[in-house]
Amino acid sequence: MTFLQLVFYVFSAILVFAAAMVVTVRNPVKSALYLVLAFFSAACIWLILQAEFLAIVLVLVYVGAVMVLFLFVVMMLDIDLARLRAGFTRYLPVGGLVAALMALEIVLALYTGFGQGPSPEAVMAGAEYSNTKALGAVLYTDYVYAFEIAALILLVSIVAAIVLTMRKRPDHKYVNPGQQVTVRREDRLKIIKMKSEKPSSTESST
Amino acid sequence: MHETFLLLTGWLPEPVQTVSWIMMKIVAILAPLMLCVAYFTFAERKIIGYIQTRVGPNRVGPRGWLQPIADSVKLMFKEIVVPSRSNRYLFLFAPILSLAPALAAWAVVPFSDTLVLANIDAGLLYVLALTSMGVYGVILAGWASNSKYAFLGAMRSAAQIVAYEIAMGFALVGVLMVAGSLNLHQIVTGQSGGFWQWYWLPLLPLLVVYFISGVAETNRAPFDVAEGESEIVAGFHVEYSGMGFAVFFLAEYANMILIAALTVLMFFGGWLPPLDVAPFTWLPGVFWFGAKTALVAFLFLWLRATFPRYRYDQIMRLGWKVLIPVTLVWIAVIGLGKFYTPLGFIFS
Amino acid sequence: MALNFRQLYKTFTLQELRKGMGVTGRQLLRKKTTIMYPEEKTPKSPRFRGLHALRRYPNGEERCIACKLCEAVCPALAITIDSEERDDGTRRTTRYDIDLFKCIYCGFCEEACPVDSIVMTDIHEFHMEENGERMVDKQHLLEIGDKYEAEIAAARKQDSPYR
Repeated sequence: MTFLQLVFYVFSAILVFAAAMVVTVRNPVKSALYLVLAFFSAACIWLILQAEFLAIVLVLVYVGAVMVLFLFVVMMLDIDLARLRAGFTRYLPVGGLVAALMALEIVLALYTGFGQGPSPEAVMAGAEYSNTKALGAVLYTDYVYAFEIAALILLVSIVAAIVLTMRKRPDHKYVNPGQQVTVRREDRLKIIKMKSEKPSSTESST
Repeated sequence: MHETFLLLTGWLPEPVQTVSWIMMKIVAILAPLMLCVAYFTFAERKIIGYIQTRVGPNRVGPRGWLQPIADSVKLMFKEIVVPSRSNRYLFLFAPILSLAPALAAWAVVPFSDTLVLANIDAGLLYVLALTSMGVYGVILAGWASNSKYAFLGAMRSAAQIVAYEIAMGFALVGVLMVAGSLNLHQIVTGQSGGFWQWYWLPLLPLLVVYFISGVAETNRAPFDVAEGESEIVAGFHVEYSGMGFAVFFLAEYANMILIAALTVLMFFGGWLPPLDVAPFTWLPGVFWFGAKTALVAFLFLWLRATFPRYRYDQIMRLGWKVLIPVTLVWIAVIGLGKFYTPLGFIFS
Repeated sequence: MALNFRQLYKTFTLQELRKGMGVTGRQLLRKKTTIMYPEEKTPKSPRFRGLHALRRYPNGEERCIACKLCEAVCPALAITIDSEERDDGTRRTTRYDIDLFKCIYCGFCEEACPVDSIVMTDIHEFHMEENGERMVDKQHLLEIGDKYEAEIAAARKQDSPYR
């Protein structure tokens, strides 16, 4: 066994363990953290395959952004563990059925010819070969339409999310900082020249 | 040096040999880094003191030079208090999780032309990925502490870091467009030719955006609402004492030095001397890299001593409505300058 | 809203940030005014109100006549006095306790004293290590007075034109 194989088995073991924990752990925060660990180990395995761009993007997008937002929501939930446990036996038959069906489907798919064709021999790329550059070249030539459409769909979803959550608050006294800083003295203050009024001598003596 | 090492450890099996060689290199980077972090805390107290017309710590050792050592010894011997009903393992794990990415990112930082632990192709992405992971330490610390102040701090920090990461990433997109590479070594060599060839001038808006986002990412003043002491005591690390607190502290300062080093690599020509003529080129690249990094790190302290803390909604406004549009506009400008030949002189 | 070009210029050149940093930058280079405390000390006024003391007349007789004005005026109720007639027929205190934790160092006791007996010295560098040390009794106060009589008298003399 070479060093690389050893590393591969270590990461795979961690990945499988973490994935199992994601579904078995009761506390959703811990579950999310195990998912992070699973993503991270998957990224490490990709690194071994020299797919460094994919590995790093997986960490950057899923670990660095998506899971943070996940945790953000999950942490604020107040979860009653006792009630969760109470439902376990009730949902077990349905869950088990779904799991069995999925396993059956996977087995069927595998036996009816998926991946039966000759898989191309993996090529060890040279040192000057840049994974990132190759991916970019493919993305912006062969798959440019698919890529742009995906970008557009994401943009639409961002706009939709903002529109759905935006509400007008007429009672909200919001100050626009942009306007705040542009205020000048002349806008607010008027200096008036006037003659000083001297009190008459009879008035001041009283 | 590698040959000597192989000769000395020839009796060991190959994996052990490889791992121990890498370990040695890691130690060679981390030991000086830790020393830098320790003395950066000292520099911060001194410089902020000087700006406030005080003299800063000057009692421990000659002119206070042993202060960081005294501090670390004190923190080491303090009791670590784990709050009741907290999540014990995550509580102890969180500081480690916040320090580890800050240290791991140094693996791809080239200190000079030849001095780098791993010269990987996607170095820039690697750094981005790791700095984005630092937020986990903060979030977990806030959640595991079972304290509302810590939790509020964690929430603020998470939202802030996610927001500013986008501006930071966009700023780096500009750099990689001009350099045409994700490799940090190539980004630096693309800037060779002296002060006016560095990327800071054509990418000035991106430099400003990157630096501001860097300050926000490291939760430093004026963006330190995550630990705003006047509102939420100390934010995510209220419940930490002793070494737990010390590790958070180390992570914050290591992150600051990292951001400073990356700013230097991407905008100020890394290890390149400011002028490509004789007296400057005699000095080794490590010196120039260190000197520039120190200058940028000094800017962090200067900012902290100058500006009052931002209000939370204004932080969000600055990140989403100011910095991101600025970067988007400048990326378009770079695109035009790079591929529309009459404007090509800007980014030649 | 009309475009304000001067404002836009100010915004995009980050003028105000640079101004602020200029101010702090100048402070960085200014001469420091810190006083290195144990080695250097700031001058103290003769009216400084520090630790209490009981004074004596030059012939060694204690000044205090147990009039209890200080006990009455003390806003923090820090002074406790018991008195008795002495063999020669004069009234003297048998007990004169000050609770230094209750004391707010207002100096009313000194102002109330008709014979300048209870005074506040300029000693402010004192501390307590044992429980109960905060209660200072007559013996202790007289000792302080004896020890620092020269300084106390000098401070009173210096301030006398204004009293």
